[in-house]
Amino acid sequence: MHPVRKQRLYVVLFIVLFSSAAIGLVAYALRGNINLFFPPAEVAQGNAPIGQPIRIGGMVVDGSVKRSDDSLAVRFELTDFKASVAVVYEGILPDLFDEGQGAVASGELGADGVLRATEVLAKHDENYMPPEVADALEQSGYDHKGVKQ
Amino acid sequence: MIPEIGHFALIISLALALVLAVVPAWGAWRRNVPAMALAPGLAVGMLVLVAISFTCLSVAFLQDDFSVAVVANNSNSLLPPIYKFSAVWGNHEGSLLLWALILCLWTAAVAVLSPQLPLLVLSRVLSVMGVIAVGFLSFALLTSNPFARLLPSIPVDGNDLNPLLQDPGLIIHPPLLYMGYVGFSVAFAFAIAALLGGRLDASWARWSRPWTNVAWAFLSLGIMLGSWWAYYELGWGGWWFWDPVENASFMPWLAGTALVHSLAATEKRGLFKSWTVLLAIFAFSLSLLGTFMVRSGVLTSVHAFATDPARGMFILVFLAIVVGGSLTLYALRAPAVSSRVSFAWLSRESLILLNNVVFLVSTLTVLFGTLFPLMMDALGQGKYSVGPPYFNAVFVPLMALLAPFMGIGPLSRWKRDSGQRWKAELLIPGVAAIVCALTLPLFGQGYNLWVALAVLLAGWVVFGMAKDFWFRIGGKAGGLRRLTPSYWGMVLAHMGFAACVVGVVATSQYSIEHDLKMAPGETETLAGYEFRFVEVAAVRGPNFVADEARFEVFEDGKKIAALAPQKRRYLASGSMMTEAAIDPGLFRDLYIAMGEPIGEQGAWAIRLHYKPMVRWMWLGAILMGFGGFTTAFDKRYRRHRSGAPAKAAGVQYAS
Repeated sequence: MHPVRKQRLYVVLFIVLFSSAAIGLVAYALRGNINLFFPPAEVAQGNAPIGQPIRIGGMVVDGSVKRSDDSLAVRFELTDFKASVAVVYEGILPDLFDEGQGAVASGELGADGVLRATEVLAKHDENYMPPEVADALEQSGYDHKGVKQ
Repeated sequence: MIPEIGHFALIISLALALVLAVVPAWGAWRRNVPAMALAPGLAVGMLVLVAISFTCLSVAFLQDDFSVAVVANNSNSLLPPIYKFSAVWGNHEGSLLLWALILCLWTAAVAVLSPQLPLLVLSRVLSVMGVIAVGFLSFALLTSNPFARLLPSIPVDGNDLNPLLQDPGLIIHPPLLYMGYVGFSVAFAFAIAALLGGRLDASWARWSRPWTNVAWAFLSLGIMLGSWWAYYELGWGGWWFWDPVENASFMPWLAGTALVHSLAATEKRGLFKSWTVLLAIFAFSLSLLGTFMVRSGVLTSVHAFATDPARGMFILVFLAIVVGGSLTLYALRAPAVSSRVSFAWLSRESLILLNNVVFLVSTLTVLFGTLFPLMMDALGQGKYSVGPPYFNAVFVPLMALLAPFMGIGPLSRWKRDSGQRWKAELLIPGVAAIVCALTLPLFGQGYNLWVALAVLLAGWVVFGMAKDFWFRIGGKAGGLRRLTPSYWGMVLAHMGFAACVVGVVATSQYSIEHDLKMAPGETETLAGYEFRFVEVAAVRGPNFVADEARFEVFEDGKKIAALAPQKRRYLASGSMMTEAAIDPGLFRDLYIAMGEPIGEQGAWAIRLHYKPMVRWMWLGAILMGFGGFTTAFDKRYRRHRSGAPAKAAGVQYAS
């Protein structure tokens, strides 16, 4: 074989091997680090896995936000107007988190049906609704502001 | 009246772009010199018109012309003037106009600053830029006209600019980022022009290189500013979230880094030609993909502009045309430009090849992680999200793999080198790096293995380069004059990379973050610093009211800083925003942000952070940026400035 071609062959082989290693790494990293979104209705039906990282999103139920007086612990409920899920979280909530507004909580669901959230995301401006939440609300016949259609 | 002038100027500029896209390209094809000679004038004319249009929109913002929809939705009479100006690009329509303005700026810059380019090549390059301008100007005019009026019901006052965007960092972050993003269109245009001409050689790489380096430098600075802004403005002390839109700017940077390196090999050795062309196409396609992701509403992100399927569709079609068209052209023409140059396994070429593979693979893994949720959603597999752990697990090992070879790179030789020589050259740098790795982490909060590893890799890169530097100047200060700007640029950029590695790892490993409830009068100790919560006061800004928590920070009983984070409520929109207070330092930042009030006794949720060496990564990125700029000053890029050689080259190309 022509030396230049031979070299090219080795380079291609190296790239293939290296890429396969990278793909292996990707597959491995992906296994434990992706999480699936569930609307509260599906959680209520028992479709959400227990003890695995998931996200739940919906509207924060009016009057459901309860703060502890001596720590940063907070408990609230998320609803898609079909069912609601209780969420406990310890930490500082985002600026635009509020009752009657959309939010997404990610964490692990306990056997008691309460989500132990490690992160709570709210909308970041007035008119924005997380698309998953908007979808979930639409499925239960509400628009993105939580108004019955 | 003024908005109509702006609108009109934009329409004329689209007409000029159409002419630029067609006539010089036709001239280049038919070898019609008058048609080709039109290109530079058209490019400058396009810039002038888009600049007029941009100025008109800025005037509408500064004069509070709320009859213009964009102004009414994104500004407010209470907004300080500087933010009224930056509000021009704090929304989809205006930022698209900025995109177009910067594209025209690059086009005109190529037209004006390239007297050494043969007219044939110049007209092809400018035509390709014209095609891109047609795409973006018609996108602006057809789907997102910034000058649309709200008539007859003119609002009394505007909706205000999103408070997160009312910040000095956001005044310059988008322009810098776009300079980088759009700058890759120049590299792309040169690549396409070379494919059209069927000639790809060292002179092509020499023309394309300074533009690519400068665009890459702008992109580095833009990304760095974005990260810095997120750190002090979002109020939770993070500096990189692997947010899809951050990735959208990071992927072109990664591909651009590979391109900057492979262009070096193409220029110096005439190697990897078709590969370099492919990278140029790839880098610009990723810029377009980023634009698509930000503006189509397919992503959930802090940065995503309002959703509009029509806009998403337009960019997707444009992306398909650009990527499809250029790849087809590549498939037809690339075999004709492949190289016949050989190199040994131990050589600088091999190291550059390795750099390219690593950067390309990391681009693809980031691309995969970013698009995975979209793919799963499109396939009906549910709504997944891919979080930072995925990106860290994949990206960090790849970068760690890069560093050992980066130490060898600068002092390796082209074509053929020997392992013996590397061993001899790198013995001292290697020992120095190991000594640093063993000792330096002792100054941190306890010896940490990851930090030691980071110091080892960074030390290896820096000391290897220092050795080479010493060799090149011949051990005398007088030898400094022998160094070329492109060498200085490489040194700066590699130093920047080393600083980034140390900064990122030290911050991730040594940061102490503490969220707690605090009442005025209480103190809390963190990493040897005593934070005393003095009081909460109500303050008023130009367009907001705020609760301000006043803190004093003591180190060994001595007061070192007074920090006053705020919780702001913006009057026009009523939205709440956290303004963090930071005591910056080269070796550590102290960071305080307010949460919400807790209980009846005036206590607040408070976030206290101790962040060692967080500034190193931004300093590193600044070094990389300056490195990129420095290389463009190299004399060899201006060698053919005099008339005669340029004409000769033109004749050669026209044949």
